[in-house]
Amino acid sequence: MLYNLSSDMFPAGDRKPLEIVVKRKAFRTSSGALSEVLRDVSLTIESGKVYALVGPSGSGKTTLLRIIIGLDKDFEGSIVMPQKPRIGMVFQEPRLLPWRSVFDNLRLAAPQAGDKEIVEIAADLGLSEHLKHFPGELSLGLARRVALARAFVVKPDLLVLDEPFVSLDILLAERLRDELATLVERTQVTTLLVTHGIEEAVRLADSILLLGGRPTGIMARIDIKTPRHAMTDAYAAEIQAQIGAIFAAAS
Amino acid sequence: MLRVLSLLILIAIWQIIATMANSLLLPEPAAVLGTMVREARSGALFFNLGMTLARVVVSFGIAMLFGTLFGIAMGRNRTLDKLADPWLVVLLNLPALVIIVLAYIWIGLTETAAIIAVALNKLPNTTVTIREGARALDPGLQEMATMFAMPWQTRFRHVLLPQLAPYIAAATRSGLSLVWKIVLVAELLGRPNGIGFEIYTAFQLFDVKLLLAYALPFIAIMLGIEALVVQPFERHVSRWRQKAA
Ligand SMILES: Nc1ncnc2c1ncn2[C@@H]1O[C@H](COP(=O)(O)OP(=O)(O)O)[C@@H](O)[C@H]1O
Ligand SMILES: [Mg+2]
Repeated sequence: MLYNLSSDMFPAGDRKPLEIVVKRKAFRTSSGALSEVLRDVSLTIESGKVYALVGPSGSGKTTLLRIIIGLDKDFEGSIVMPQKPRIGMVFQEPRLLPWRSVFDNLRLAAPQAGDKEIVEIAADLGLSEHLKHFPGELSLGLARRVALARAFVVKPDLLVLDEPFVSLDILLAERLRDELATLVERTQVTTLLVTHGIEEAVRLADSILLLGGRPTGIMARIDIKTPRHAMTDAYAAEIQAQIGAIFAAAS
Repeated sequence: MLRVLSLLILIAIWQIIATMANSLLLPEPAAVLGTMVREARSGALFFNLGMTLARVVVSFGIAMLFGTLFGIAMGRNRTLDKLADPWLVVLLNLPALVIIVLAYIWIGLTETAAIIAVALNKLPNTTVTIREGARALDPGLQEMATMFAMPWQTRFRHVLLPQLAPYIAAATRSGLSLVWKIVLVAELLGRPNGIGFEIYTAFQLFDVKLLLAYALPFIAIMLGIEALVVQPFERHVSRWRQKAA
C-alpha cells in the first residue's frame, strides 16, 4: 500500500525549510476598531517533520493556518516557501462537495491520481465501504476521514490539518489519530497540525509550539525526541503534564 | 388519475354551460375540436404553434443566459451590484406592454424586436434569482477548490453550477410561464403569425371557436414542457439532496 510521495520530486539536499514570520495580524471588528489576533509568530518548517500548534479556542490557530497556506494575505510579515509546496489541506470543516460521491470528491481533488491510488488511500482511512456514498450520508467522523484522504491523494509536500479530531468522541478521535500517525510515518510528509488537544499533539508531532497570550504569540516550543511509534504512555503523560504546566502558568 | 377526472369535469361543465347559453360566444367543446382539426389539417395550427414556440425558446434562452451571467456578476461584485441594481428595479417594474411597444417603435416591427422585448421582460427576473444564488455561494468550497488547485472547468461544473442549480431551476420554471404569456402579447401587437397573431385575428372576427382552437393546444404544450422537461430537470439537479436524506 506504499505510494510514491512527492518527496522524490525534491531530492533530500534540495529541500529548504519554509520560513513563516507573522509580525502582526489584526481583524477589523464590526465597530471599525482593529483587533490584534497574532503578534510575532515565527516558525521554521523543516522537511519531513511534524509540527503541532497547540492553543485554546479563539487563539488564532485557524487564522495562522490561513496565512500560511496563502488564503489570507492581509497581514504584516512574510511566508517564504523555496519550492512552492503542494499543500494537502484539511479544513476545520470537511468542506466536501455534497453533490458528489466520496470517490468523486477524491478524484476531483487529484485528477492526476490513478483510481488504484485513490482506492488504496481511501482504504487506509477506512473508507472502502463508503466510496459510493454522498457526504450527506456520512457521520462527521467519516466526513473528516474523507477530507483527510483528499489531502493525501494529492501527494502533498505539506500536509496542513486544522483540528482534524475536534468534536469526535474520544474513541473515534484516538483511532483516527493513530491511523493518521501511521500514514504520516509511512509517507514522511511534512505536516503542520493545529489542535487544542495536547495529547494528540504529543502523540503526533516532532515539535510542539504552544500558542498563548494576547495577542497570540508562541509561548514555548517542545521538541519530542522519541520517534512516534516508540512513544510510551508514561513519556506522553510526562510531556502532557509539562505542557499543562506551561498553559497553567500563562493563564 | 384525479387530474384527468378533474379535467373531464371541467369539460363537462363547459359542455353544460355552452348548451344552456346556446351562443356563438361560447361554443361547445366538440365545435372547438372541429375547428382545431380543420386548422391542423391545413397546417396553419402547426405553423403558428411552431413560430410561437421558436420565439419562446429563443427569447427564453437569451434571457436565461444573460440573466445568469448578470446575476453571477452582481452577486459576486458589490460595486457592480450597487450600480446595476436601480436599472434592475426599473426593468422589473416596467410593464411588459411598455417594453414591447417601445421595442417595436425603436427597432421596428421585426422578429428581432419581438425577441428582444420578450427577453428583456424575463431578464431582470432571472438576474434577481441567480444573484440570490451567487450571494449564497459557500466561500468554504471556493477556498477548498483554490487549495486543491482545481481548474476553472472543474470549479464551474462541480463547485459553482451545483450550488446555482436550484436557482437556475427556479428561474427556469417561473421564466417559462412568464415568457410564453408575454410572447403572445408581442405577437398580437406586431407579428404576422404565431398563436398571439391568430388570437388577435379571432378577436377581430369575434370567433371564440378559432380563439380556443389556437389557445388550448398551446397551453397544453406549455404545460407538457413544464411537466416533462422543467420538473425532471429540477429533480435531476437536486437528486443528491434526496440521497443525503
Ligand atoms: N474573518 C474574521 N473577521 C474578524 N475576526 C475574525 C475573523 N476570523 C477570525 N476572527 C477572530 O480571530 C480570533 C481567532 O480566530 P481563529 O483563528 O478562528 O481561532 P482558533 O482557530 O484558534 O479557534 C477570534 O477572536 C475570531 O473571532
Ligand atoms: Mg479554528
